[in-house]
Amino acid sequence: MILAERARAESAMRRSGRPSLWRRQDVDTPDSGGMTRLGRKTAETGINFTNTTRFSRGLTFTRTHTLCGQSPTRRIIPQTSLLQENADPQKIAFLLRKQWTLYSVTPMYKFSYGNLKEYSRLLSAFVATEKQKGLAVEVGNDLGIKVILSTLLGLRGTDQDQAAILVQIALRSQLPFENAEDKVVWSGWFCCISGDDLSESVPEDFTCLSLFLANGAESYTAIVGSWFQKTFDCYFSRLTISPLNLAWMAAMWTGCKVDSYMAATELVFSVPCIPQSLDISYAIHPEDAKALWDTVQKTPGEVTQEEVNLFMDCLYSHFYRHFKIHLSATRLVKVSTSIASAHCDGNIKILHSKHLIGVLTLLTELAISQIQ
Amino acid sequence: MQQRENAKNPKQTLQVRHSSFSAWQIGERTTGPKTLDLKSAQKHEKEKQQSASDQAGNSTQDHLEQALTYFERVKDYIPLKKNEVLQKHLATVENIALQRGLSPEGLDVLLNVALSGHLADTVNSRILKCLIPASVIAESSVVSAVSWLCVGKCSGSTQLLFLRWLIAMFDFIDHKEKLHALYGFFFCSLQDEKLCPYVCHLLYLLTRRESVKPFRVRRLVDLQAKMGMQPHLQALLSLYKLFCPELVSITLPAKMKTYFKNSESLWKAAINTIRRRNQGTSPTSQQLILGTCHPQSRKRKWNTQLILPACSTNTNNPTRSKEINHADILSHSESFPVEQLHTFSQLLQNLHRLEFPSQMGSVLRNSLLLHYINCVKDESIYLRLYYWMGQTLQEECTWYKLDNQQYEEEFKDFLDIVYKTECFLQEGFSSCEEFLYKSLPLWDGFCCRPQILRLVSWIPLSSFSEMKPHLCEPLAQLFFTSSLYFKCSVLESLKELLQNWLNWHVMQLDMESDPKISPLNTTLSGLVNSVAELIHFVGWISTVALRLENNATFLLYFILDFYETVCDVYLKYNLPLLLMPPPGVFYPALLSMDSVSLNQLCYIMYRYRTNLVAAKENELIKKTILQFKFSSQTYQEYNQYIMAMVGCLWTSSAFQKDIHPQGIRLDPEVLKKTRVQEVRNSFNIVHHPALTGYAILFLQQAWPKDKTLNFNLIKGRRWNWYLEYLYMQGLQGLKLFIESSINRVSQVSQTKSGNVQV
Repeated sequence: MILAERARAESAMRRSGRPSLWRRQDVDTPDSGGMTRLGRKTAETGINFTNTTRFSRGLTFTRTHTLCGQSPTRRIIPQTSLLQENADPQKIAFLLRKQWTLYSVTPMYKFSYGNLKEYSRLLSAFVATEKQKGLAVEVGNDLGIKVILSTLLGLRGTDQDQAAILVQIALRSQLPFENAEDKVVWSGWFCCISGDDLSESVPEDFTCLSLFLANGAESYTAIVGSWFQKTFDCYFSRLTISPLNLAWMAAMWTGCKVDSYMAATELVFSVPCIPQSLDISYAIHPEDAKALWDTVQKTPGEVTQEEVNLFMDCLYSHFYRHFKIHLSATRLVKVSTSIASAHCDGNIKILHSKHLIGVLTLLTELAISQIQ
Repeated sequence: MQQRENAKNPKQTLQVRHSSFSAWQIGERTTGPKTLDLKSAQKHEKEKQQSASDQAGNSTQDHLEQALTYFERVKDYIPLKKNEVLQKHLATVENIALQRGLSPEGLDVLLNVALSGHLADTVNSRILKCLIPASVIAESSVVSAVSWLCVGKCSGSTQLLFLRWLIAMFDFIDHKEKLHALYGFFFCSLQDEKLCPYVCHLLYLLTRRESVKPFRVRRLVDLQAKMGMQPHLQALLSLYKLFCPELVSITLPAKMKTYFKNSESLWKAAINTIRRRNQGTSPTSQQLILGTCHPQSRKRKWNTQLILPACSTNTNNPTRSKEINHADILSHSESFPVEQLHTFSQLLQNLHRLEFPSQMGSVLRNSLLLHYINCVKDESIYLRLYYWMGQTLQEECTWYKLDNQQYEEEFKDFLDIVYKTECFLQEGFSSCEEFLYKSLPLWDGFCCRPQILRLVSWIPLSSFSEMKPHLCEPLAQLFFTSSLYFKCSVLESLKELLQNWLNWHVMQLDMESDPKISPLNTTLSGLVNSVAELIHFVGWISTVALRLENNATFLLYFILDFYETVCDVYLKYNLPLLLMPPPGVFYPALLSMDSVSLNQLCYIMYRYRTNLVAAKENELIKKTILQFKFSSQTYQEYNQYIMAMVGCLWTSSAFQKDIHPQGIRLDPEVLKKTRVQEVRNSFNIVHHPALTGYAILFLQQAWPKDKTLNFNLIKGRRWNWYLEYLYMQGLQGLKLFIESSINRVSQVSQTKSGNVQV
């Protein structure tokens, strides 16, 4: 795939007639995942800002991140991927097997965990007024619509991680019964798993909950997101997943140990250049995929870019032998395994609570690289 | 005069009887005649006319006073029908009020009578319609008028008209403290359906943060539930929300344009005249500060539309109402909402209690808050801006995402606003810098070109090692492959970048001289290195560009413009750095076909000389070893260039004397082979291709009959005339150069210049 992209890039260069001074990161196609794809594979050329003296007033905080959001060429598979003990199994189960839309969120200014109740009140009133524009609502009144903010305990990668926050919108039940339950129509949650790089570099006033996952009508996402943006001066952007990162996910998730396989490992490729997009689905028996990965991986607990490339190349060549189609010339758009499934548009479904932290760690990393 | 005296009499009696009139009457009378006396002494002719008009004025004044006395005495119901006295006085009042306006005392009398219920409704309405203040309205009259409303003697329509009058004249009431005390009374009148819209408007004008109480919120919400979504209620509620977001929430519909019925219409013309009369002194009308929704002009996914956030108060203090501790009272309840900030004087008055808006991005459109940013040292301001701007730039950049391509105009506008803000604050944003580093490698050099290149000029001064791969390399690629105009714009923005860096350095020097402000932890050598690297970079791309573009004059102009800044770095910006242009720039300029370039080069060389001489002198004066000394290479390079220039332009020995390795020294044998006659002087000021035009014009003027154009005639005394002629043609750079450098050369080596001057 990398080779193909290089070839594509080279031909693009030839067309544009530019001198051959280009470096690989110069010629990314704009549609292939945007900036996170910049400088891929060339982490060693990344400039570190930590020790650079800045000649600019204002931003005195040191930039600890490398410029251009380079992704690491090596990732460690977290060993303590189990949830912390204080996790509420009911709430964790609620997060699984749902389709979540991914967003990255910049650090929130003056967010306070002590005020969650107050935020719930204000956000309830805000949602109510947004839903019926022009009608005033007294904050704290029974509005038929209720927003609840709560912490998701146990969802942490390191001790420095901020506690995850769950936001739910519930409509008052229309049923006349006393104990009729409110119906949850939308939910979303903020988390930041092993995001120390970012949280250590911002002042105390800021709370880093860089990854946001939403499930429900987009109109609600828009209302809740707008409220957070207005109240905590943060910024929500859709988090899309580049084909390269999807390949990483395919490899990393294939390698995970699972007691019982629930679904086949499936990769979906999209063929460009055709008016009606043609999708190629490539399903492999999870045990076969795992066997392949085991032959590729050299050091347990660690994945490198070369291993990911090799794993994918093996799959490609196998496919080519049977169908005479170069999958490397297509675009990987979806990966689904027994652990989780991810779509390049930024949708994810997590299936296994055991690997929840592992999946979120990778997603947090992608979210942070998007906001820096 | 007699008549005037007579005219005074009734006034005096009036004054005795009605002390309430005394203040303004005395004023009228004492100032009136005095100025007249003065005038009569000066201008006899005008006196008569003046006194005549004065008479007329006085008589109308008398009528007014009579009318006011009449109205003041009204104690019982007086019908209008067949009441000629009333009609006469009413007409007088209307006449004068519309012409000149009424005094505060007059207004007081009329307000009282109009609301007392003693007169018929038609009379009340006529009176209210002509209640136009000459200057201001006394607060006490308004308060007493309101007290009439409580008695309930006047009809509903009169009450309504009074409220409209109050709203229209709100800005002319001299104080408003007592009126604020009546807030509760007005609030109670909300229940009257007819009055409600106007009461809402009045409350809107009166409401302060402390007026917003939970019971009032509840009342308004109930009222809205009863009456439906009335715009006036919405407006008042949204003001309540502004002050107390923890009590009430409302989202105004996007379409709404007007919230209140027009109350001013009846008095509009009159108010405008008053405003014109009291120009500057009368307060400007209070602006509506309703935050409306952004018009959703097109269907796009949430948060994918480029919107600069509206300036709104930080609502993130939900604990405000609950935990009332002293710190809270001091910090929050006193704060001044940014929505109400409209003028610079407001900013100055409220500087200590101003809060930043909830979304920092909104300061981009608010120059007052940008001023405020300059006064506040808070890291979080920049961090909030940094994240917001970084994300917005990234999300909206038209060449990252294919979906964005149709929104290029919006993105351009945004980049323009960012650039303007940088100019205003005189500093670059790091988020912009990072955005440029990320986006330039993908940039086609065409999309948003002026905006992107202008942002380049505000890249903060930092170590060049990071700029080189992220900025210089992609920019150089585009530079070499793009048009002449692109090259020129790149050079222009790099010149501005250099100037911004140098300005920043000068500012730092100023701050360091003030011991209170600790200087930023920067080293001078780091700064010098970065600036030097930038100059070298520009030198390199300029050399290549001149070759690519066949030494285009237009390009040369921009290159030399850059070096006009470079040559003055030492004296103008106090930075110990002087770098000569590379030969690839110097020689094309020296041998240019265009007098503008040559003149520019002469000026630059003159400034180099001035800077180098100043540096040398400073070195001699301060015997201590300076940290930075210009390398002998700079002096050497300068001397080589000056030899070449003088050899070319003055001593006609360019091909012999030029000792620069990349210079134009040529073997006499080679020169012979060219078979050009008088090779030696072909680049002196007479024969230089950039100057021959002047030489021809000079010859034509000096010897009009000689058609042979004999350049050799220009020598000796005429050489000097010719020089004067060149100076008169505006070649000031040449003048400065010759006067500074040639004289020196001629003193040092007499023979060199002697050859020519003989």
